[in-house]
Amino acid sequence: MGLTFPDILFYFLSAMVLVFGTVVAFSKNIVHSGFALLGTFAGVAGLYGLLTANFLAAVQILIYIGGVLVVILFAIMLTRNIQDAQNSNPRQKIVLACVFGLVVASLLFYIAIKFPRLEQGITENKLTVSQLGDALLGTYLIPFEIVSILLLATMIGAVMIVRKEIKPEEIKEPRS
Amino acid sequence: MQQNLTVQWLWLIPALPLFGALINGLFGLKIYRRYGEQPVHSIAIFFPAASFIITLIYFIQLIQQPAEFRQLLCYLFDWIRIGSFSIPMSFWFDPLSAAMTLMITFVGTLIHIYSIGYMHKDPGYWRFFAYMNLFMFSMLTLVLGDNFLLMFVGWEGVGLCSYLLISFWFQDLNNARAGMKAFITNRVGDFGFTLGILALLWALGGNWLDSQYTVLYPERLTLVFREIEKFAPLLVDQKIWGIAVPTLVCLLFFWGATAKSAQIPLYVWLPDAMAGPTPVSALIHAATMVTAGVYMIARLNFLFALSATAMTVVAVVGALTALFAATIGLFQFDIKKVLAYSTISQLGFMFLGVGVGAFGVGIFHLLTHAFFKACLFLGAGSVIHAMHHAYQQMNNHHNDPQDMRNMGGLGKQMPITRWTYLAACAAIAGFPLMSGFFSKDEILWKTFSNSNTLISGKILWVMAATAAILTAFYMFRSYFMTFSGTFRGGQATEVHLHESPATITWVLRILGVLSILGGIIGLPHLWHLPNLLEGWFEPVFESVSDLLNWHEYSLTAEWTLMILSIIIALTGFGFAYILFKDARSRIPVRFKGMFPGLYRLAFNKYYIDELYQSTLINGSIIFSKICGWVDTYIIDGLVNLVAFFGRVFSWLNGLHDTYVIDGAVNGLAYVSGKFGQSIRRIQTGRIQTYIYVLLGGGLFLILVRFIL
Amino acid sequence: MTLTIGLTHYLVVAALLFSLGLVCVLGRRNAIGLLMGIEMILNSANINLVAFAHYIVHDITGQVFALFVIVLAAAEAAIAMAIVLSIFRSFKQIDVTTTVELKE
Repeated sequence: MGLTFPDILFYFLSAMVLVFGTVVAFSKNIVHSGFALLGTFAGVAGLYGLLTANFLAAVQILIYIGGVLVVILFAIMLTRNIQDAQNSNPRQKIVLACVFGLVVASLLFYIAIKFPRLEQGITENKLTVSQLGDALLGTYLIPFEIVSILLLATMIGAVMIVRKEIKPEEIKEPRS
Repeated sequence: MQQNLTVQWLWLIPALPLFGALINGLFGLKIYRRYGEQPVHSIAIFFPAASFIITLIYFIQLIQQPAEFRQLLCYLFDWIRIGSFSIPMSFWFDPLSAAMTLMITFVGTLIHIYSIGYMHKDPGYWRFFAYMNLFMFSMLTLVLGDNFLLMFVGWEGVGLCSYLLISFWFQDLNNARAGMKAFITNRVGDFGFTLGILALLWALGGNWLDSQYTVLYPERLTLVFREIEKFAPLLVDQKIWGIAVPTLVCLLFFWGATAKSAQIPLYVWLPDAMAGPTPVSALIHAATMVTAGVYMIARLNFLFALSATAMTVVAVVGALTALFAATIGLFQFDIKKVLAYSTISQLGFMFLGVGVGAFGVGIFHLLTHAFFKACLFLGAGSVIHAMHHAYQQMNNHHNDPQDMRNMGGLGKQMPITRWTYLAACAAIAGFPLMSGFFSKDEILWKTFSNSNTLISGKILWVMAATAAILTAFYMFRSYFMTFSGTFRGGQATEVHLHESPATITWVLRILGVLSILGGIIGLPHLWHLPNLLEGWFEPVFESVSDLLNWHEYSLTAEWTLMILSIIIALTGFGFAYILFKDARSRIPVRFKGMFPGLYRLAFNKYYIDELYQSTLINGSIIFSKICGWVDTYIIDGLVNLVAFFGRVFSWLNGLHDTYVIDGAVNGLAYVSGKFGQSIRRIQTGRIQTYIYVLLGGGLFLILVRFIL
Repeated sequence: MTLTIGLTHYLVVAALLFSLGLVCVLGRRNAIGLLMGIEMILNSANINLVAFAHYIVHDITGQVFALFVIVLAAAEAAIAMAIVLSIFRSFKQIDVTTTVELKE
């Protein structure tokens, strides 16, 4: 039997990703979509692990699930109308979207299948964290530094966007 | 062969009076206002007198030349030049023009002097002298010009001055009308003159071949008299419209002469011209302007001699006019009208003379006539002046100072005027030994003995002799009515009559003497005395002497005719004496009673003026009214029609502009707006739309890439 | 036979995930739902990158790239949420079909 454990694992993780992705795409409930997204991220993390990108899998879980998803859930929470829980994520023009989706999917399929494989099989050259570290601080140092600046800008930007405008008349009121 | 001598200053003779006219014309009013009459007339007399002196100088120069060289030419410049055809501005002093110029400048200056007294205190004093000088200039140009065009300039100029001077007192409408009549009648004649010039040029230059005029002889194109004289014999066989060229051209020129010199049928202006001041009548309508026609024919003797037809016409018209005018003059009682008709009659004599081929004699009579007719007119002017003055003293404003029936016995108060008038009357009547006798008798003799006219000279002689009797009669009638007997205007008025001032009387004296003695220059061969004038004119007329034929008559016949002339003159005088001396006779009144119809006919000038008025003049007025109607309705109608179409067209254009062009523009704007509005819907502002479009486009490109 | 898990399988998975993400982006009215779809798309790209790094390139470059993508996705999510909150404050809703006033 060619079905080894990594294969089964692969299929299981793919199914998880795709099923949860479908829920995200088609659910009318925003909270359901949010939590399904969590499942998607988890599945993707697992796929990273199968691809011996262990650091990346960890980062995926930490950042995506622990950072992005939390932010999304906070946003969902803060922007909800009280009464409208069930239909808070309505669909629109879903047929047309599906058509487009199918077209794009088939296009990508076509590419995927027709792509000439130059694989040389799985090698034992494991891509490790140390290699990643060397690359980050070696070849890709400048992008690394720039990204840090970018993150600073992002923080400042986000705060700026969200803060309330203080009008001069309003200063007096809270004091009284 | 005649040769010309070139002289420098001949042009001064016409130019000096022109200069005087300019000064008096431009500044006369100012001078008259500031300094009075003296400077005005001094200027006006100085220039013609200076011309006279220069004429004398050149005349003496001419006498000193041998006969072949008696021609002075003063060439100034080429006035018109077209290719080889040129008309020079030059003046020619040959025996004929010399005689004319002497007479014109001398008599002209005398009359200017006379005018000092006559026009005294007239408000238009300066204007009068300006016009008179201008007239002198024109007349001198006429006689001194060496070509047709220059002569025509003078011809027109004297017509203009005649008009200006006849209607000098234009405040009276009748005077203005008389001036207009003179000018328009003259114009009719000028038309004939112009046609004559053109026909002559035509004939000289080429001929009509196959109904197309072609220039055959460009070297013959000229208007200078002496050159035409050379070519004239070549024209004999040429015909224009079936008429021989010399005949046609001469008849056209004679047409011009009938108007200028008051012959039938264009004489009607001369009696009316008496409305002008008397010096004007004396100078223009006796001595100079009216004689221009005779001068012209004498100048063109070489053409007239070639055409018996033309000569006959001239002679017949002349004789007829002489007789016709004399019959009218018999019954007039305005003294100036009598003299006017007598002028027309004497001009008839002159034309008769040149018509039968006696060119020199015709000019002789012209010269003597200038003296005695000027004397007569100036004498009449003196009389009128006295009568007018007397009436003014009496505050009499309705009696006519020119009416002889109001005169009588003036010889007592105005002796000088009387004796000079008598002398001139004798001259005009043809009393023996007077100047008029010699010239008139010569004309009568030449008429009788001529064989150049198609009508027998005898018939013409009879007409002329009759006219001569009548002339003597009515001239002495006028003398007796005016100067003899007692004054018919009342004693109170008579007291105020007196002789005219010295400026007038001295001129009368000079002219009177000339009327008596002037005949010296043309003494008849019959008396074995030298005829100075004939010899003088010989160079001018010798070229045609071969063409002219004269009957040979015995001396007896000639003496008979001369004695007949004397009898004629004395008979006329006798009858007038009997009927009119001292106004004693009752015969004139009875005569009028016996033939009332005839009397009325002659007295009213045979109603010729009325005939002209009803036919020609009314016809012209009707014609001009028709033209006016055509202009208003037809021509203006056409113009308005075109304008109407223009308006319609512009209205259509307006429609086109409003609906088609504006429609297009507005339509474009509308379409743009609608298009913009529809396109605007692309901008939905929705992300999903944009993504759809983006993806759709990308997929389409990929699809196309795959298929192709 | 595709029993042996190779590159193709991962590519297929990534393709499907991409199209699901596309459907999510195109078919949603809630702004946050939209952003979820964008996250899914980014994840699919990441899978592609890592798979290629593992099977073809044998280099760490793919994983470095995927790391950067994750970082940027996080930053972008933060900003996006900030914007959504700001919009919610102004419009009291985050429906992308009605909050289109920017187009005017």
